Amino acid sequence: MNPALNSAAATMNTGMAPVATPWFFYALAGAALISALFVITRRNAVHSALALIVTLLSVAGLYLMLYAPFVAGVQIIVYAGGIMVLFLFVIMLVNVERSSKERQFNRIWPVGLAAACALMALFVSALVKGRALFPERLVKLSEGTNTQDIAKALYGDAGRMGQYTFAFEIASLLLLVAILGAVIMTKKKI
Amino acid sequence: MPNFVMSYLGSTVTPGQAGNQFWALMYVLIIFAGVSVAVMAMNWLERKALAHFQIRLGPMRVGPHGLLQPFADALKLMLKEDIIPTEADQFVFWVAPLIGLLASFTVYTVIPFGPSQAVSDMNIGILFMLGVSSLAVLGIVVAGWASNSHYPLIGALRSSAQMVSYEVAMGLAVVSAVLMTSMNASGTGTLSMIGIVQAQQQQGIWFIFKFFPLGFIAFAIFAIAMVAETNRAPFDMAEAESELTAGYHTEYSGLRWSLFMLAEYAAMIAVSSIAVTLWLGGWMRPFPNLLQAPAWEFIFSLFPGLTFAGLAAIAFIGTARMPAQSFFRVQRIGLAVFAALLGFIALLLLVIAVAGRTADTSVAARFREGIDYVYWFVLKVAVFMYLFIWYRATWPRYRFDQLMRIGWKVMLPIALGVLMLTAIVGVIVS
Repeated sequence: MNPALNSAAATMNTGMAPVATPWFFYALAGAALISALFVITRRNAVHSALALIVTLLSVAGLYLMLYAPFVAGVQIIVYAGGIMVLFLFVIMLVNVERSSKERQFNRIWPVGLAAACALMALFVSALVKGRALFPERLVKLSEGTNTQDIAKALYGDAGRMGQYTFAFEIASLLLLVAILGAVIMTKKKI
Repeated sequence: MPNFVMSYLGSTVTPGQAGNQFWALMYVLIIFAGVSVAVMAMNWLERKALAHFQIRLGPMRVGPHGLLQPFADALKLMLKEDIIPTEADQFVFWVAPLIGLLASFTVYTVIPFGPSQAVSDMNIGILFMLGVSSLAVLGIVVAGWASNSHYPLIGALRSSAQMVSYEVAMGLAVVSAVLMTSMNASGTGTLSMIGIVQAQQQQGIWFIFKFFPLGFIAFAIFAIAMVAETNRAPFDMAEAESELTAGYHTEYSGLRWSLFMLAEYAAMIAVSSIAVTLWLGGWMRPFPNLLQAPAWEFIFSLFPGLTFAGLAAIAFIGTARMPAQSFFRVQRIGLAVFAALLGFIALLLLVIAVAGRTADTSVAARFREGIDYVYWFVLKVAVFMYLFIWYRATWPRYRFDQLMRIGWKVMLPIALGVLMLTAIVGVIVS
């Protein structure tokens, strides 16, 4: 029996085989970048939206590789499933045919370029200066209890308040206010 | 290599957890083939059952009692001309059926046919299923838009509005079932599909009967919402033929159209599997905690074989009742061969049940257990499949405003109320 298969059988008995290989990272990151380019270069808004869905799904895959399945699942449910359907819904009501033939009327791409460069500079400086902030290597969180760990951090454990309970509740209050505001602004008579 | 393959057979976890790519691939292929065959069988059963509901015969010509009709249909659809309208958005029109198909087949990776009979067990199982199956609506919306035609667009708009609305009630019903999984000593629940069934096993009760009637109401809300989610009658507004010819797939023909149908039926099986997993005890046989004796275990393990024996008997009766004319001779022989095949499967299953009756870890016993798990799971899902047909034959289609009113003003408040009551009762009990 050849040694490669032998070692495969050995990892199988000891537990999880490594999934987070560099190959997956580069494939997913590449897919995310290329589809993101398509989002801003396509003239047809529906094509842009479809490319954006691919970007969001690739990012969900990256979350999975970071041992954060819950965040990946929520990314799929909220962004790819919920928000993008609403995007498409709105785009379909716009006359794509005509708007794709119209000339671009705003000429502010130098400003956009400057803003993009500034953001890039911020990221690079954060990466260079904040090297101490990042962990040396990929932190392997326990994937099996990921959801439970997040729940404990958000809602607390055994009667104690969680680390982020307050921030979480404030954020949910903010979202509630936004929902109420949307209802009041669209409905004349409630 | 044989060692690598055989070493998994004694394992008690899914191939995904064991990191065994070979068996993971095998499971994917088996599930894919199984679902495709189930869709074909469902197609035949739906036409037959609907016909009998309406006092017709249904397909009778292709094969005995139209048994070969699905194959004839598949062949016809593959040979048909594949039309793409000139004014349609070519690329999006091409990709739309694939989105729906991918979404409805991807969810099968986490469906637990047994404690180790799933491709993988994810920590976020039910979340993954809801998320990925909600991607199917993208295929429908995009198909309606790309057709560049009025009926498909209206159908797509209706369908997306409907699916987004019913997803809310569906999600809340699911959450109240997930809450019930945390009624244990540690107070920690789970989202994993296998974990949810194991929680029901530990608590000794299916969640449909838990905190009666709360579990039952949550189940009923899910059962209604899942019909709306899959665009089936009486909520098939998206493809209401009396109003929109065929809704979002009006412009589709041939193989592309059949991909939509395949996706729809696969999605029906997938949502039924969620309902079975969350509320009906998944792979567990009836009364696993009351009738624990080995004798009961043996009696229940005879069920798969007896089911096939019953089907074989029906086919034999059909052969005997075939008119004695030379015109029916080929059909008669065909049905007899089919009956013999079913009888052979029944015999095989009974032999396995007898050979694997000991509760040890031998391969025969593990095999027998696996067959039992898959059998009970599939049986429960099959009940839902029949219900889908029954609904379609029984209820008239809703109007769109009625549909929206039920979704937002009836199902959503009830689901929220059940969720809160479940939480309150759970806190009081524990």
